[in-house]
Amino acid sequence: MNPAGNAELSNVAVMLAAVLYTLAFLAHVAEWSLTREPSTMMRSSSDRRVEFFGRLGISLTCFAFVFHVGGVALRGAAAGRVPWGNMYEFTLTGSAAAVGIYLLLLRLRPIRWLGLPMTLVAMVMLMLAVLVLDVPAGPLVPALQSYWLYIHVSAALLATGAFTVGALASVLFLVRRRAEERGAANSGLSARLPDSETIDRYAGRLHAFAFPVWTFAALVAGPIWARYAWGRYWGWDPKEVWAFITWVAYAGYLHARATAGWRGSRAAVLALVGFATLWFNFIGVNFFISGLHSYAGK
Amino acid sequence: MLLLLLGIAAVPGSLIPQRRVNPQAVSLWQADHPTLAPWVDTLGGFNVYGSAWFSAIYLLLMISLVGCVLPRVRIYARALSAKPPSVPRNLSRLPSSGQMRVGATPERIADRAVSILRRRGYRVVLRREQGVEELSAQRGYLREAGNLLFHLSLIVVLVAFAVGDLFGFRGGAVVLTSQTFANSRQSYDEFVPGTFFDADRLDPFLLTVSDFEASFLPTGQPSEFRAAVSYKSAPDAVSQDSTLEVNDPVDIDSTSIFLVGNGYAPVVTVRDGTGAVVYSGPTVFLPKDTTYASSGVIKVPDAEPTPLGFDGEFLPTYFESPQGAVSSQFPDILAPVLSLTVYRGDLGLGSGVPQSVYRLDKSSLDPVVDDSGAPITLTLPLGRARRLPGGLGTIRFDSVQRWTKLQISSTPAEPWALGGSVLGMLGLTMSLYVRPRRMWVRVQGVDAGSAVQVGGLDRAGGRDLDRAVEQLIRDLTEVQA
Repeated sequence: MNPAGNAELSNVAVMLAAVLYTLAFLAHVAEWSLTREPSTMMRSSSDRRVEFFGRLGISLTCFAFVFHVGGVALRGAAAGRVPWGNMYEFTLTGSAAAVGIYLLLLRLRPIRWLGLPMTLVAMVMLMLAVLVLDVPAGPLVPALQSYWLYIHVSAALLATGAFTVGALASVLFLVRRRAEERGAANSGLSARLPDSETIDRYAGRLHAFAFPVWTFAALVAGPIWARYAWGRYWGWDPKEVWAFITWVAYAGYLHARATAGWRGSRAAVLALVGFATLWFNFIGVNFFISGLHSYAGK
Repeated sequence: MLLLLLGIAAVPGSLIPQRRVNPQAVSLWQADHPTLAPWVDTLGGFNVYGSAWFSAIYLLLMISLVGCVLPRVRIYARALSAKPPSVPRNLSRLPSSGQMRVGATPERIADRAVSILRRRGYRVVLRREQGVEELSAQRGYLREAGNLLFHLSLIVVLVAFAVGDLFGFRGGAVVLTSQTFANSRQSYDEFVPGTFFDADRLDPFLLTVSDFEASFLPTGQPSEFRAAVSYKSAPDAVSQDSTLEVNDPVDIDSTSIFLVGNGYAPVVTVRDGTGAVVYSGPTVFLPKDTTYASSGVIKVPDAEPTPLGFDGEFLPTYFESPQGAVSSQFPDILAPVLSLTVYRGDLGLGSGVPQSVYRLDKSSLDPVVDDSGAPITLTLPLGRARRLPGGLGTIRFDSVQRWTKLQISSTPAEPWALGGSVLGMLGLTMSLYVRPRRMWVRVQGVDAGSAVQVGGLDRAGGRDLDRAVEQLIRDLTEVQA
C-alpha cells in the first residue's frame, strides 16, 4: 500500500467515523427523549424502546471508534511516523483517546449517561479536524525528530482525552446539582442522569487519572525535551505558560475537592476552567500567538 | 490559592511579547501600540517573568508552601509513630460494618484477624481485656507521605528553577563553518545573563564548527541538520570531536551548546575605484522564509572614491517569474544568486552609535544609478563579477559558506529541577491513588464460640469498602473451632 493511498483511506475512515458518531448521537437523543421514569440510566431501562436506543447508541459508538482508530493508524502509515505531528492529527488522535477512555470506562461501570455528550463532542471534534485543520500527511521537520515526541505528545494526548471525558462529567454534574438544588431533579434533562454525588465521583476519578499524566506530559517530559531542543527546560514560551495555567487550574480542582466549602459546584467550575485553558492552549495559542511550538500548527 | 494567582499572573506574559524570549517582537509590538506600550513597560509587561510583582507572588507561594508543609511533616511523623485509633464503641454506626457468630474461641479469631490484616498491608494493634478482643488496623499511610513528598518536591523545583534563572545565562552566536567560537562575553551576538550571573564563571572553551550539512526533501521541507564540531574545554586542553544536531546538544563542562538555526553567508570580493581589494570574505545573510531567501548587507567603508553599501537578498535557488519577480525556489544551493542594490555615501559607522550588521543606515546614503538615472540592482550569479558604474569599483561573488546559529546556555541546578519533578510525580501519584482505610474488629466470647463485629472506614471515599468488610467476615468464618 502506498502512502498516498493510505492517506486517502484514512480520510474515508475518518469521515465514516464522523457519520457513525452522528448516528450514535441521534440514537442517544432518542434514548433520552423516550425516557419517562427518572434516573433509569443508572441501570438497564425497563422500557424496551429506551433500552434499544441506548444499546444502539453504544454499538454505533463502538463501530465509529473502530473506524476512528483505523483512520488514525492509516494516517500514521501514510506519514510514516506517529500520527500526532500537527493540529489535525492531534485532534484526530486526541478525540480517539477520549472515546477510547469512555468506552473502556463503559465496560467497567454503568455510565451510559455520558454517551450523548460524548458522541456529540467526538462528532464536533472530527468535523473540526476535517473541515478546519486538515493538512496533507508528510514527514516531520527536524525540530520534531526526537523520541520525546512519542513520550511528550502521547502523554499529552492521553491526558487531553481523559480531561475531555472528565469535563463532560463535570458539566453533567453541574446540570444535575442545579436541578437537585431547585428540587427538580426528577424532571427535564437531569432526570436522565444519576445523582450528583455519583457523577462527581466519576468526574473526580477521571481528573485524578488525567492530572498526573498531564503533569508528566507538560511539566516533566516537556521540559526535558525543551532542554534538548531549545537549550532550556522552561522558557515561558506561550505554550508552556498555558500548559502551566492548565496544570494550576486542575491542581486547584483537586485541591478544592478536598477542601470544605469548595467541594461540589465550585470545584466543578474550576475543572471546566482548566478544560477551557487546555483547549485554548491547543487551538488559541497555535492560531493567535506565535511561539516555539508554532510548527505544530496550521 | 497563591498557585492560582501565579497562574493568572502568567497569562499576560503569553499574550504580550517578552523581551527575554523575542526582543524583536517587543519592538514591533511597541511600534504598533504607541500609547499602551509605555504603560505596559512600566508594569513590567515585557518582562513579566522577571518583574517585581511576579517574583513577589513566587516568593509568597514559596513561603506559604514551606509554612504549610513543614508543620504537616511534623504531624505526619507523629502519626506514623502513633497506634491506630482504638475501637469505637458502636461499630454498626460506621459506613460499613457486619457481625456474625462462630464456634472458635475469641483468641483464635483475633489472632487470625491480625495475621489476615497484616498480610493485607495494615498496621494492627490488638488489645485483650476480660474476654474481649479489640483490634484496630490502619493502612494507607503512604497517601499523606505522597502528598508531603509532592509539596516538598514542588519547593525543590521552585528553588531550582529560581537558582537556574538567577545564576544562569543564555546567549546566542552565529558561527561560520570552519570558524572558532571562543566562549567569552564579547563573542556573543546576544547575551541574557541571570540577575546574579558572574561573567568570570564562563567556561573557557573553544568550539569550531568544522562542517555543516543540511538535507532537504524534494518539497523543500528540511529533513536533517547536522554540524560536525570539535572543541577544547580550555585553550590548552585536548581537542575532541562531536556532532551537533537539532535535539542533540553538546555539553562542555556546565555549558550546553544547541543548534538552533542555520543559513548562508555569501563570500564576496569588492575592489574599489583604485583597484584595491577593500572587502573580501563571508557575510552572514539571515533567512527570511523556508526557501532560505535571505537578506543582508555588505558595508565597505574603506572604498575610494566613496564608501559603498550593498543591500539585498541571497537566493539559494534563483527563480525569475515571467512578471520579473525574483524568488528562491528551494532551500538548498542549486542556483545561488546575489541580488543587490548599491549605495554610496556615509555609512554612519564613525558616528559612535552602535549599528546592526544586518541593516544599512540609509540616512546619508544615495543609491548608485545607471546612465538613465534609475537605481541599479545587481543580479550576481555565483562566480561572476560586475563593474559598478561611475568608476566606483567591482564586486565579485566568489563562493557560499554556511553558518550555524548556536544557543549557548548554562542553567545551574538543572538536575535538582529534574529530580524534584520526578519525585513530585511519584508523590502526586501516591497521594491520588493510595486510599487510607481503617478496620476494627471486636470479638466477645459467647457460649462455646465468639460474637464477631467488624467495622470499616475510608477517609478518602472508596467504593469497595463494603467488599473488604465482607471479605474479612468471610475469612474469619472459616476459622476452625
